[in-house]
Amino acid sequence: MDSICTWGHMGGFWCNQPVRVALAVGGGAALVCAVVGLSTVMRRQAFAGHALADVSGAGGSASYLLGINPLFGFLGMAAAAAGVMEWAQVREARERDLLTGVVLGAGLGLAALLLYLDMTVRNVSGAAITVLFGSMFTIPPSIVPVALIVAAAALGASALIFRPLLVSTLSIDLARAQGARVRTIARIHAMALALAVSLAAMTVGAILSTALLIGPAAAALQVARRPASALALAVLIGLAATWGGIALAYQSYYWTPGRGWPVSFFIVMLIVCAYLLASAVARRRSGSSATAPLSGCQEH
Amino acid sequence: MNAGEAAVALDRVAVTLGERPVLREVSFRLEAEQFCALIGTNGSGKTTLLRAILGFIPVQAGRIDLPAGAIGYVPQKITLDPGLPLRARDVIALGLDGARFGTRLPSKARAVRVQEMLRAVGAEEFAEQRVGTLSGGQQQRVLLAHALVRRPKLLLLDEPLANLDVGSTAEIVALLRRLSHEFGAAVLLSAHDMNPLLPVVDRIVYLANGCAVSGKADEVVRTEVLSRLYGYHVDVLRVHGRVVVIAAGARTESRDALERDPVHTITVP
Repeated sequence: MDSICTWGHMGGFWCNQPVRVALAVGGGAALVCAVVGLSTVMRRQAFAGHALADVSGAGGSASYLLGINPLFGFLGMAAAAAGVMEWAQVREARERDLLTGVVLGAGLGLAALLLYLDMTVRNVSGAAITVLFGSMFTIPPSIVPVALIVAAAALGASALIFRPLLVSTLSIDLARAQGARVRTIARIHAMALALAVSLAAMTVGAILSTALLIGPAAAALQVARRPASALALAVLIGLAATWGGIALAYQSYYWTPGRGWPVSFFIVMLIVCAYLLASAVARRRSGSSATAPLSGCQEH
Repeated sequence: MNAGEAAVALDRVAVTLGERPVLREVSFRLEAEQFCALIGTNGSGKTTLLRAILGFIPVQAGRIDLPAGAIGYVPQKITLDPGLPLRARDVIALGLDGARFGTRLPSKARAVRVQEMLRAVGAEEFAEQRVGTLSGGQQQRVLLAHALVRRPKLLLLDEPLANLDVGSTAEIVALLRRLSHEFGAAVLLSAHDMNPLLPVVDRIVYLANGCAVSGKADEVVRTEVLSRLYGYHVDVLRVHGRVVVIAAGARTESRDALERDPVHTITVP
């Protein structure tokens, strides 16, 4: 292991403690977000995912005031918001979006107050940037075990509901007729979503966590034909973007001495690139099938 | 299930949605392998009746007797997203154990069962395509296979012929009749347009005014029977080998429904 530390810039990368923590927590967040994000996009709940992520920011802000682990803050607020949105039992899409909007507004308002109090009462000047846009190289190592437990819980919940969730994505009635417990499944999914956005908020910040949740899944869904391949591709994109973003941010210290660029920026940009690439592949595929000669329609 | 055994039996079933009584004293019985069409105007309670049989909504009175085991169901108006990464094959496989928690390992027996269903509904050709990109008729075949893969003794279909062209409608009806025999399943199918169904149905359940009459087509689609059911006079006319039901009596709630949907054209088998 020590020999890796002598490999120039990248040697320092592998042996740097904050980088290792960022790779572990970021990797876990990317994995969970890819898995949970896929079902979220398929269920057309991207707005709910975005809202939960933003609302979790209020919890992150509160953690600075209370002096607790920020992950617990993000998680507590996201879980509470998911509970309100899910227990309201709104099935109609328009009503669901309205309720999500109301919860989002309330959460952001609360976050604004708590961030103000962080700065004025606790004198934590960097809280706003950390909560909203993330600061992966400042994540304390003590968070790693908690983050891994949260990640394992989210992945376990997702594996548990994988099949009935797919059927209820096709049609709620179809799932009910088969005997699926659709309310229970929706609640478990909402809690898995809360866990995923909390981890994402810890890494890329509450505002940008939507990118980690939705981006890899949306890119994978453009090209994959099977649930398993969509899942694998989303995980691959999420991990590549997160670890690639961490590596680029680390390298940016050498491009702009003393002023490294934010990890979140690189992660989000890599996700956007992956999405554009997947769109191009999907367009090329549909274009080539559209221009294929039609047998039986040719003149003889 | 033996022939003559009830696949579903309703005894004076009443269902109220909110304050509105939708079904009142609906009774009929469907035997194994029988093919039954559920007819009625828009808003007559066809979907409510199917949902009550499925247990989605409670009944206020009466009882519904069902066979043990699975019930196959094809719901009304499913919009399958073309972006869903589910092939026709995957949707049918989900019919086997899609309600169960947890993941599963690939199994040869399972793959064989799915392949059999693909063949049975004539979907092998598009088995690998995303289900959301298939035509309406192809999607109905896949949903039918999804409903039948557990070999249910009762198959409920809610307006499966809606939005299909004439050719696809005829294909699906013929397929349903064949599969009903092959799988030994009783079929209860709600439909707005009865024309393509009457040549193959064993029975009709006609819903109006919250009540139902059931029997063979030529027993049910008669002026005196339907007039009694609607609560006012309706004419049942035979025109060029087709039966046409026309509203004629006093204005009532069911009359309004019939006027929104003024003419049922029914071909006598």
